[in-house]
Amino acid sequence: MFQRTLCVSFAAIVAASALHAQEQSIIVQSTTSTANSGLYDHLLPIFEEETGIEVNVVAVGTGQAITNAENCDGDLLLVHAKPAEEAFVEAGYGTSRTDLMYNDFVIVGPDGDQAGVGGMSDVEAALSQIAESGSLFASRGDDSGTHKKELSLWEASGVDPSTGSGEWYRETGSGMGATLNAGIGMGAYVMTDRATWISFENKQDYEIAVEGDEDLFNQYGVIPVSPDHCPSVNAEAAQSFADWLLSEEGQTAIGDYAVNGQQLFFPNAPES
Amino acid sequence: MQNMTEATWLALQLVLSGDADLLEIVALSLQVSLSATFLACLIGLPLGALVAISRFPGRGAVLVVMNALMGLPPVVVGLIVYLHLSRSGPLGFLGLLYTPTAMIIAQTILIAPIVAALSRQVLEDMHSEYAEQFRSLCLGRWQAMQALIWDARYALLTVGLAGFGRAVAEVGAVIIVGGNIDHLTRVMTTAIALETSKGALSLALALGIVLLVIALGVNAAVQGVRMSAARHAYV
Repeated sequence: MFQRTLCVSFAAIVAASALHAQEQSIIVQSTTSTANSGLYDHLLPIFEEETGIEVNVVAVGTGQAITNAENCDGDLLLVHAKPAEEAFVEAGYGTSRTDLMYNDFVIVGPDGDQAGVGGMSDVEAALSQIAESGSLFASRGDDSGTHKKELSLWEASGVDPSTGSGEWYRETGSGMGATLNAGIGMGAYVMTDRATWISFENKQDYEIAVEGDEDLFNQYGVIPVSPDHCPSVNAEAAQSFADWLLSEEGQTAIGDYAVNGQQLFFPNAPES
Repeated sequence: MQNMTEATWLALQLVLSGDADLLEIVALSLQVSLSATFLACLIGLPLGALVAISRFPGRGAVLVVMNALMGLPPVVVGLIVYLHLSRSGPLGFLGLLYTPTAMIIAQTILIAPIVAALSRQVLEDMHSEYAEQFRSLCLGRWQAMQALIWDARYALLTVGLAGFGRAVAEVGAVIIVGGNIDHLTRVMTTAIALETSKGALSLALALGIVLLVIALGVNAAVQGVRMSAARHAYV
């Protein structure tokens, strides 16, 4: 009896995984902002209906997404850290990188605006002002695209935030949403991509303080994982999803997506 | 506190409306954690029984290790399983990463030590009462283990429930090996983590309430089995 149950349960497990393998499906290693903002819920049904290809999204920070893709645990990479993406392709992990869409980063802060940066558009000046005033700043601290961008902005501002680590500079080591929750909980300024901010539901008394600097530009790119490096990838299906995202139809679908009447991502694929 | 009230309402609405997505997530949570509990019992109970009735050099150290493994951090288990199941890992050819099977494997590794360590304690206490009788009946080791497990079955149900509780409540392991993929590997805890990161705290809390109710249901079902069995035994 015992053995039979064991046998049946293993058969069920094997059958379930075999069933899974039969479907035409791909895994996208993605940054969190595109998933948390609901963009995939808008795009995937359209693509899946047209092609029958099932798209499974694993949403993690850009750093982790790239590592997972390097380990061949994804068929397509959709992230936002151009230098890291180009290095990924150069190392032979990806076939090619293409600009997909953009939006921008903003710095959000509490109603009181202790550092007095509200309304500023010079992000470097705003950051040094936050540091000088000793106001709290919550950083991702997780090697994500947003974190990399934030570090480059600190460098440009001439402030080394690591000297204030654990004091005014708080590295949460978590995703964007978790960092916003933590930052808002402690009254800290937070740099976030606009898409995550607009769709974030726990804003409390927080508002956008700094926006509009060219340096806050946030470019997303798409890279199919190379079948030469990873023979297990579903290269054909991954390429057709990439092609669709970059096509006129895909680009229009990206531009159409809005939360509370605000467009979150602006398509900018090169015209083919 | 406003969140609490809102969350309770939301939880009620979610359950009463029979939300299809929610049902799918609940079903997968139960499937994964119950399978893991079942497999962990298959591994942990014989192991616990064997250690309970055996005397060998270094036994003390084995007990310490078994007990310490009860504190395995889920994230570490997830990471180890990920590294093995990853396409670039030794078991990558199986293609199991980001499937419910991977989640069952991770949770089994997480809770098998709990089942082994707790059942060892239960069975050892019982064995100290039974040892002489076993000797007089000339029972072999295997038969003694079977007799002990059978006689302790109600206490061992609680051990299984402790394992199930740990499995169904953890998020660290399943989010790494499952990937929290919608309609494929999303379970209650990863859905709660996702809604929290979206700032949808009330919805996250509502899902938490639903999870608690499910755990309550499973425990009540086991309690029911135990009570009806006990009634039969004394008729």
